[in-house]
Amino acid sequence: MKVRIKFSKTGHMKFVGHLDTMRYFQKALRRSGLPVAFSGGYSPHMIMSFAAPLGVGTTSLGEYFDMELTETVPTDEIERRLNEAMTEGVSVRSARKVEDGKASTAMALVAAADYLVRFRSGKEPVSSWQEKIAGFIGQEQIIVTKKTKRSEKTVDIRPYIYQMDAREGGIFLKLAAASSNYTKPELVMDTFFKWMGEEPLPCAYMMERREVYADTGTEEAPCFVPLEALGEKVE
Amino acid sequence: MRKLALNDEILLKVDKAARYIGGEVNSVIKDKEKVDIRFCMAFPDIYEIGMSNLGMMILYDMFNKREDVWCERLFSPWTDLDQIMREEKIPLFALESQEPVKDFDFLGITLGYEMCYTNVLQILDLSRIPLRAEQRGEEFPIVIGGGACAYNPEPLAPFFDLFYIGEGETSYDALFDAYKANKAAGGSREDFLLKAAQIPGIYVPAFYDVSYKEDGTIASFGPNRAGVPEKVEKQLVVDMEQGYDCLEAPVVPFIKATQDRVTLEIQRGCIRGCRFCQAGMIYRPTRERNVETLKKAARVMLERTGHEEISLSSLSSSDYSELKELVNFLIEEFGPKAVNISLPSLRIDSFALDVMSKVQDVKKSSLTFAPEAGSQRLRDVINKGLTEEDILHGAGQAFEGGWNRVKLYFMLGLPTETEEDMKGIAHLAEKIAERYYEIPKEQRNGKVQISVSTSFFVPKPFTPFQWAPMFREEDFIEKAKVVKEEIRAQLNQKSLRYHWHEPDVTVLEGFLARGDRRCSAVILKAYEKGALYDAWSENFRYDLWKEAFAETGTDMEFYTLRERNTDEILPWDFIDAGVTKKFLIREWQRALAEEVTPNCRRQCSGCGANRYNGGVCVEGQN
Repeated sequence: MKVRIKFSKTGHMKFVGHLDTMRYFQKALRRSGLPVAFSGGYSPHMIMSFAAPLGVGTTSLGEYFDMELTETVPTDEIERRLNEAMTEGVSVRSARKVEDGKASTAMALVAAADYLVRFRSGKEPVSSWQEKIAGFIGQEQIIVTKKTKRSEKTVDIRPYIYQMDAREGGIFLKLAAASSNYTKPELVMDTFFKWMGEEPLPCAYMMERREVYADTGTEEAPCFVPLEALGEKVE
Repeated sequence: MRKLALNDEILLKVDKAARYIGGEVNSVIKDKEKVDIRFCMAFPDIYEIGMSNLGMMILYDMFNKREDVWCERLFSPWTDLDQIMREEKIPLFALESQEPVKDFDFLGITLGYEMCYTNVLQILDLSRIPLRAEQRGEEFPIVIGGGACAYNPEPLAPFFDLFYIGEGETSYDALFDAYKANKAAGGSREDFLLKAAQIPGIYVPAFYDVSYKEDGTIASFGPNRAGVPEKVEKQLVVDMEQGYDCLEAPVVPFIKATQDRVTLEIQRGCIRGCRFCQAGMIYRPTRERNVETLKKAARVMLERTGHEEISLSSLSSSDYSELKELVNFLIEEFGPKAVNISLPSLRIDSFALDVMSKVQDVKKSSLTFAPEAGSQRLRDVINKGLTEEDILHGAGQAFEGGWNRVKLYFMLGLPTETEEDMKGIAHLAEKIAERYYEIPKEQRNGKVQISVSTSFFVPKPFTPFQWAPMFREEDFIEKAKVVKEEIRAQLNQKSLRYHWHEPDVTVLEGFLARGDRRCSAVILKAYEKGALYDAWSENFRYDLWKEAFAETGTDMEFYTLRERNTDEILPWDFIDAGVTKKFLIREWQRALAEEVTPNCRRQCSGCGANRYNGGVCVEGQN
């Protein structure tokens, strides 16, 4: 049985990096006693696939990984048993049975993600940023310079920003997150600051990922659905 | 949600912030208003190392089982955070409550190795606790030292209120009860220390005076007030079924600890009696744990941690009498659950090879031998009962089973060592390589790789070599060169790789290991100059230590190069470590006469530990 787990990572858990979060779940799954499937060989590992890495410092309400169980377990029971093995700051929000197959792994499906970015107190932009969002997002192109080790290249990030508006005292972003086309919330925010004629202060943003989506539409008409919606409950 | 001591900006700036946040699975949170004693258990090195320490985890578990005690953990902040805490004047805090250490009742510091001593001062300093015990007022925590290095606490004596000598399971309850009683009676810090000094295993350095002879050796050492014992008796768990704290739920780190696994302690002590080995002497008598208890403990710890690996812990696993039963159980029970089984300190024999081939990939693993000395003569001197025949036989069996990698560990600078002994290291490695090529070519698994490592011998207190001289760094390097050149001269030199440890840390370790109270000035000076994390080669600043020696007028060579007379008062003589001085002298003489002493199971050597009436001393008598 292939299962997709949705979990939240909040509070101090934001200081636990991506690889350590994977290790955390490997141990939590063992504590839960769920019949997890392993690869063969001398150092067997759990068959697991995480959707999109989350940077240190970012919290999330919608993280995903897929795993394989050796037998069918009701999804409610998976949620309950996993939650019993959690520590403060991580909680399992849903378990869903999903289709087998490489093309449908959580990682391969990721197309977009939602973020809410708030400003740390004293680090808000001086400008009335709420009013300026429309102007920023109304540009035809948003050109940024990306520095790599060897070269600099310019990229238009406008196509990767699906949505940007003022919300909950911060800025809501729906961004492209596929492996081939994506942009990151820090980059969008930094670019917005500069567009307003300001320099962002270090450590200015408090970022939270809200959801991760697959795209079930077409190139012309994308249709973003949360990764959990691609699975089903099992009684 | 707990409030963290460090803000986001700091935590997002430092390396591995998860070292400092606590909140791991199985960590213990209590209501501070409902406990009488707050204990901060510190390990003076980084989180990943400290969290791999079994002793600390046992005490954490044991203390927290008491309702009136809340024990929390503390590790050294890495240099990046150290700098920030100094600049921003942030006091050092315990992981669980995130509250300043200076508000605790006790600060216990584990002393696992000598090179952590400057980190001990860092912990006190960043906690804003006066470095010297005599400067601490009533408001400061009682600072306790424990662990292997507490068997010679003297170089650290001025920095500690008390030391706990021996295994923690026995006397902490009495210590806590005395603390509570003293508090209830309105007693002072000194009142408590006086009570503590009467508890077995507790050493309060302030209650003992030392005087020195003109030649620098100790003239007298003893208590300076009534009610304080002349000798401090090491503590041990005599019955491993009764007095042992059976750990069930060790804390599971968020970040990968050095030992990211369940550690199953199968026994304490070692029957072998290698003359260089402090652990083999101070943990006498050897005491085994019951195999059924161990099976249960393994299951519970794996279930409660979710670790994917279990490792056996002991000084010499092959000597555990129920090893076969235990290992077969682990393989059958946990193998199917994809739990790795790691078996360190196994003597290579057919059983070990059979087990190893079940639990690891032969092609990827290597065999480890620790002959410690290159010649049979010198192995007799150190009482390492491993013969060339054993090694060649074990290696041969392994080679036939498909192994082709061998690691060999030796020490240079052992007492009575000659050039022939050093060259013997190369010859032994060569013989192992030759043994490999005796196997027909078509049955071989490629080329053989033999890696030879040497460290430099450091004489330790409570060993038969506690009187032995060490060498200068340049002499050590010369010794390594002899080995290197001899290895190059071997026929199979292309299969042999040689690696040796740096000698500068070694001589300093030797100085600290056998130091006296006066050495504390050097440690303090080195710390003030910026020495920290001396066990980390990238941080070790020998230049600072050299300046510290010069500025305190301390002659390091008095401590390292000098051969002691057996009638000299040694700084640690006031501790009764179980083995008698008479036994140690006898072993020292037997070493010089190249006489082997049989292991405890074969014949009692009268070391003195039989007075505890436990473990190997009473085996087969019930």
